[in-house]
Amino acid sequence: MIGQSLTALWQGFGVALEPHNFMWSFFGVLIGNLIGVLPGMGPLSAISILLPITYSMHPVPAILMLAGIFYGSQYGGAIGAILLNLPCHPPHAVTCLDGYPMTRNGKGGTALGLTMIASFFAASVGIILMIFASPLLVKVAFKFGPAELFSIMLLGLLTGGTMSSGSAIKGVCMTVVGLLLGVVGTDVNSGTMRFTFGLTHLADGVELVALALGLFGVTEFLRNVNRLHAVGASTKVRLRDMRPSLSELKRAFWPTVRGTSVGALFGAMPGTGPTITTFIAYALEKKISKTPERFGHGALEGVASPEAASHAKTQVDFIPTMSLGIPGDPVMALILGALLIQGIQPGPQLLTEHADIFWGLIASFWIGNVLLVVLNVPLIQIWVKVLQVPYRYLFPSALFFIAVGVYSTNNSLFEVGEVLVFGLMGACFVALKFPVAPILLGYVLGPMVEENFRRALLISHGQLSVFVERPISAAFIAASSLLIIAQLIFAMRRALGKNAQGNLLPTAPTLDEVQMPKAASDKDFGRSSVSSDHINFGKHGAQ
Amino acid sequence: MVNFLGRSLTRPHTRDYCAGALMMLIGLGAVSQGFNYEVGSLTQMGAGFFPVALGVILMLLGVVLVCGARRKSIAAEKSAGAEHGAPQWRGWIAILASIVAFVVLGKYGGLLPASFAIVFISALGDRENTVKSAFILAASISAICVVVFWWALQLQFPLFTWG
Repeated sequence: MIGQSLTALWQGFGVALEPHNFMWSFFGVLIGNLIGVLPGMGPLSAISILLPITYSMHPVPAILMLAGIFYGSQYGGAIGAILLNLPCHPPHAVTCLDGYPMTRNGKGGTALGLTMIASFFAASVGIILMIFASPLLVKVAFKFGPAELFSIMLLGLLTGGTMSSGSAIKGVCMTVVGLLLGVVGTDVNSGTMRFTFGLTHLADGVELVALALGLFGVTEFLRNVNRLHAVGASTKVRLRDMRPSLSELKRAFWPTVRGTSVGALFGAMPGTGPTITTFIAYALEKKISKTPERFGHGALEGVASPEAASHAKTQVDFIPTMSLGIPGDPVMALILGALLIQGIQPGPQLLTEHADIFWGLIASFWIGNVLLVVLNVPLIQIWVKVLQVPYRYLFPSALFFIAVGVYSTNNSLFEVGEVLVFGLMGACFVALKFPVAPILLGYVLGPMVEENFRRALLISHGQLSVFVERPISAAFIAASSLLIIAQLIFAMRRALGKNAQGNLLPTAPTLDEVQMPKAASDKDFGRSSVSSDHINFGKHGAQ
Repeated sequence: MVNFLGRSLTRPHTRDYCAGALMMLIGLGAVSQGFNYEVGSLTQMGAGFFPVALGVILMLLGVVLVCGARRKSIAAEKSAGAEHGAPQWRGWIAILASIVAFVVLGKYGGLLPASFAIVFISALGDRENTVKSAFILAASISAICVVVFWWALQLQFPLFTWG
């Protein structure tokens, strides 16, 4: 079994190192890193902007490039968090807490170097887990029928809704809205046009790229316009600074290992977002530290552990996505959507039918992570410059790329209009404090959920008990119920005024708090009403 | 009116009322539309079954949100401190208008006018941009657009067109 995996992995390296595939992987890492560094752009916007390019590509290079964009942009986000205290990416907000103080102490380079080492270590562990766990999972997955698939998707949707940042019930609401968006279009069973409002353009359903760019592009611009300013003087980071000393490495070792374990654990649970994972890793580190008072003043454990957690989670997340076809979080949902567009159905068959994609992808992770380290050492100076691109130039240019990118997917202006609608919709939801990321999860899973639900009940002649009679399905249903009960208990405790979780999870700086000094000096911003509201994950994380 | 709306939306309980009401509205829409398609039975589900079920769930969630908001209005009023930044009407309108301009000019003008318009109009939304700086930005992006998308990538989008 394991020997077989290793042989397959060897072939995977062959696939990933083919010049053509390698080139796209390299391109993905580079562009992903570049976009990730830009203020206000995260992995979701990076992937959705570049998604149209992959439509015309062969599936293997397409998926390799998307994966490259993903971890490239994720690493790019850490640079902004550490050097400029910009918590634009929720998963990196917690890195600001100790990363930015390190920069102010002149240790910014060390923090970046440690982040790089920690994430490389965590990614490697995640990749090894993936190599050995996926074939095992596939064996189990072949026993899955429609009932099991429905139950596990239900669990994924519930965790995706409740464990993302923000109130649990609002997260579930957004998941349901996403499921409804997935319904739009022609019903595969009866051919009925649903929710198309007479528009023939909608017959094929809502366009994934338009939805993603509306929710994560336009919505973000609407939120940040005139609120996000370039901050901080130029920080000098030299190559020499990036190499941590031996004692620093020693101190960071165990936090990295612990962060990796936290990330791997949460990655295996479908639906848990990356943000909550990093917050828990940070809280754990602070809790077991002998000197918790150093946290928040540049403790390198507080940088190494969350960064390791987020990268380990990223890698482990690919396991359910590729072997079961069930995405763990919105980013995975996007990658899954891209695969579906390529005509590849992730799931147990992927390993047998498209072994080149699966093992090539795993091999490319390693290559990509090495590339990330190799690229970031010489390019760090450029990234620091990129970080200071003023937002007033950034968002109009990004809007142009969004519009042209969406147009190019189907040569249709109608889909550019869809971006507008979803952007506006996302902005309304954000103003009402709904988390928007679960919409994407619901949208991608929606058709699959409906299909399997219908099939399961067709086979069982309308007996709902089929979901609890089959053991695997029953286990997932039990886990879902436990999740709901746990959330209810938390809600009750909060209602009774006993702030049960208290300050268990750290509070990360919000975007507006960071922008305050600048805002106060700005005449237009003289009003006192400018303060925190937007990226308030800290407070939400504690819920 | 605008100020009133802006301020009331930022109060937690008002916001949760609105949020719950919005969810109920969307749910109601889904249910009423779903009944137009065939609903069917559990054994033989029609096209309308899933949307109706989702709509009902969404309405229930909306009710829970509203009930939660009522309780919060008593309990959590004290914690309602610093809230929402000032509304950015200029930025919001500029961004939305720029996308509309892209669609309209893309149909009745072509790629070049559409690209220029989307950058120029959205750039004007930022208070630190002047007409001149927005113009320069739009012109340079248009140049990139012609070289990269029209010439190099051969995008199926005429540079100039009349409808």
